[in-house]
Amino acid sequence: MVQRLKEVDVVVIGVGMVGSIVAKELAAAGYKVVGLERGEARFTVPQFQSPAIHDELRFDIRKALMQDNTREAVTFRNQSAETALPIRRWESFLPGTGLGGSMVHWNGQTYRFQANDFELATRTRERYGGNFLDPDVTIQDWGVSYNDLEPHYDRFEYLLGTSGKAGNIKGKIVPGGDPFESPRSREYPTPPQKEHYSGAMFRKAASSLGYHPFPQPSSNLSQPYTNPEGIKLNACVFCGFCERYACEHFAKSVPQTIILPVLLANPNFELRTGCQVQRINLDSTRKKATGVTYIDAAGREFEQPAPLIITSSFALNNVRMLLLSRIGAAYDPATAKGVVGRNYAYQTMSSVASFFDEDVFINPFMASGASGTLINDFAGDNFDHSGLGFIGGSFIGAVNTNGRPIQYHPVPPGTPSWGKGWKDAVVKHYNHTVMFSLHGSSVSTRQNYLDLDPTYKDAWGQPLLRMTFDFPRNDLKMAAYVTAKAEEIGKAMGAKQVAGSPRKAPYTTTQYQTTHNTGGTVMGSDPSTSVVNRFLQSWDVPNVFVIGASVYPQNASWNPTNTLGALTYWAIDAIKNKYLKNPGRLVSA
Amino acid sequence: MNKVTRRSFVAGIGAASIVPAASAHSEEPTPAAPPRSHTPLGTQAAAPGVYLFFNASEAAFIEAACERLIPADEHGAGALAAGVPDYLDKQLGGAWGAGERLYRSGPWTAGSASQGYQLPFTPGELFHQALRAINHDLDSRGTPFSKMTAEAQDAYLRSLEGGGADLNGVPSGVFFGMLLQMTVEGFFSDPVYGGNRDMVAWRMIGFPGAYADYYESIDRHGIKFEREPMSLGEDGQRHIHPDPNIPAHL
Repeated sequence: MVQRLKEVDVVVIGVGMVGSIVAKELAAAGYKVVGLERGEARFTVPQFQSPAIHDELRFDIRKALMQDNTREAVTFRNQSAETALPIRRWESFLPGTGLGGSMVHWNGQTYRFQANDFELATRTRERYGGNFLDPDVTIQDWGVSYNDLEPHYDRFEYLLGTSGKAGNIKGKIVPGGDPFESPRSREYPTPPQKEHYSGAMFRKAASSLGYHPFPQPSSNLSQPYTNPEGIKLNACVFCGFCERYACEHFAKSVPQTIILPVLLANPNFELRTGCQVQRINLDSTRKKATGVTYIDAAGREFEQPAPLIITSSFALNNVRMLLLSRIGAAYDPATAKGVVGRNYAYQTMSSVASFFDEDVFINPFMASGASGTLINDFAGDNFDHSGLGFIGGSFIGAVNTNGRPIQYHPVPPGTPSWGKGWKDAVVKHYNHTVMFSLHGSSVSTRQNYLDLDPTYKDAWGQPLLRMTFDFPRNDLKMAAYVTAKAEEIGKAMGAKQVAGSPRKAPYTTTQYQTTHNTGGTVMGSDPSTSVVNRFLQSWDVPNVFVIGASVYPQNASWNPTNTLGALTYWAIDAIKNKYLKNPGRLVSA
Repeated sequence: MNKVTRRSFVAGIGAASIVPAASAHSEEPTPAAPPRSHTPLGTQAAAPGVYLFFNASEAAFIEAACERLIPADEHGAGALAAGVPDYLDKQLGGAWGAGERLYRSGPWTAGSASQGYQLPFTPGELFHQALRAINHDLDSRGTPFSKMTAEAQDAYLRSLEGGGADLNGVPSGVFFGMLLQMTVEGFFSDPVYGGNRDMVAWRMIGFPGAYADYYESIDRHGIKFEREPMSLGEDGQRHIHPDPNIPAHL
């Protein structure tokens, strides 16, 4: 028996970073907003407190904060000729669940993309010619420019209190920051975090090679901060339990520490946790959404009517919600027709380990999730790709995020995987190794996509999302190139041994890489190659907005969260100031 | 064996001390370490396990195999003295062993390596199936695993690792991979889970455990950070929550 509830003004699907921000803005503007969150409510006190939160087995290995695979998984295959099988346990990427979403367990690395990234197809064609790319590459422009987004990046960074050093303020290069960044309107809200030893070593070596090191922008704050919402955050103490954990110190910018207290105090907002949205309901024209159907934690089914639906769940879940609701045509790689599920991209992660003598104490356990030192000399289009046969790049940095030993015990190549030889190497290298992170871009291609699995179901009986993905040739060439550059920096640091691990195919779900899954509901100017317009409004059902990294047409050389924050404020501005004043299409198709 | 309670162990913990790397390697005598009342690392015999998941023959194999994966040596305790078999027993007999967080619906197909684990077994079922086959095989060879020479034990483990054998439906490489992964987990996880007894593994590499405030230390580059590690069983005031007279392996 479905219980039909009283209509509200807005339903927000997923109360993570995006959901918290859009709900706060709309509730403050006087609209009645219901936030449907599938997971549990959770807060810094009491849920995130130490020492229990500093449990590597529970949080790193058993993945206590992540989406429960027994109820909802994703199926996977490298090629569409294979049969996709369920990812029975998360390893490669880690979607979170619960109030605050995946941002609760992030590392806090808070970059902007560069102006070039938003016009990637056009700029690539202009600089390298129309035949430069592999024919399977389907990169495209975003339909929004860096200049459009700059005020929203700024607003989001000030919401978070991000700690960093500007490299370019209004076109003027500022010493100490990243000289490659696109112009920002002002300095970061707080200064950079203290530099770790590995970062100091990297800085010196990278400078000696003529590169441009800068402190990693971090949303684990360098000092106490009160954000524009009036919420106070603390300084990070470098506990070394950041990604995959929640922060007990109120020092990591997550919905609980930056916006939820304001949102939850607004009587216009109602949070409902334990609510699994089954679909967005459409009327008989299939051009208008009427509300959503969800099942609560006790198994009861409800219909919540609303004239405006915002899906703000994790990228993969946004795509699945549209497919389950049959909003937009599903992508078919055989014909390259359809849009939902198209242009799924990821991140091409490589690494370099530099091994030192036992009198060099690195102390990897002293860390925040974003207290590294980096260069952007080989990121994006900051270097000439002529003759290289690929586009894109990677930041290269000494990004020492932790020394948690079940996961972190680096040993040189050739070390036995067990026994006395393994133990000797672990003891010898644990505290004497510097790891570089190489955070590579990811092009979209014709053959990488998302759709619904024909066989496997979730706990509610709905099809799982099916992922078909392998690393494109473009990105494998990029990974090999940037890894060689990073190895030179390791050698310049004076390491005894330097071991690079460029990302290789096939993509595997069995090894952690990153949770930067993008695309599938991409934004753009052309409805035949995008799911949402430049304001993140569905082309097909204009009272549905899709906000998530699922709108990225391809992924850039940096962590995606800051760009998603900027897009969230960009979209909510359009919703508040344009759409709600005159509901309808914001861009004519 | 000199039975050490956790209370007497904690009483021996000194305050955090941080010694710059230069002085740690100088010719001058370093200040005496605070007295430690526990038995020197690596010399402590394992207390006999009380197993709830493993039967006697399974336990005999697991104890001997874990100790070959991480043997006792000059660096300190091996997996056995660190309590790794107890860790395995608790994990496999609990929610994890029963398939916690494992998507368990069929159909079941082997798939490619990049598709990951695709067997219908829970970890608990997988260990029972594989260990039954292993012990049956060892019985036919005449020498129990625990009585083999270390070299013969390693050779046997390598044959499992190679993955060829079918252990009652479990490819031996899958079993070996899970055994190795869980052995490393038990060795390095917090002692509250039964392994890493007395935080031996953390001391061996210099990981301070759940202790987590390095604001004043992070920019003292290259310091030798010397501090007794901290377990989840202690709170910030270094009190111990569980009854200190109840050994962790019971």
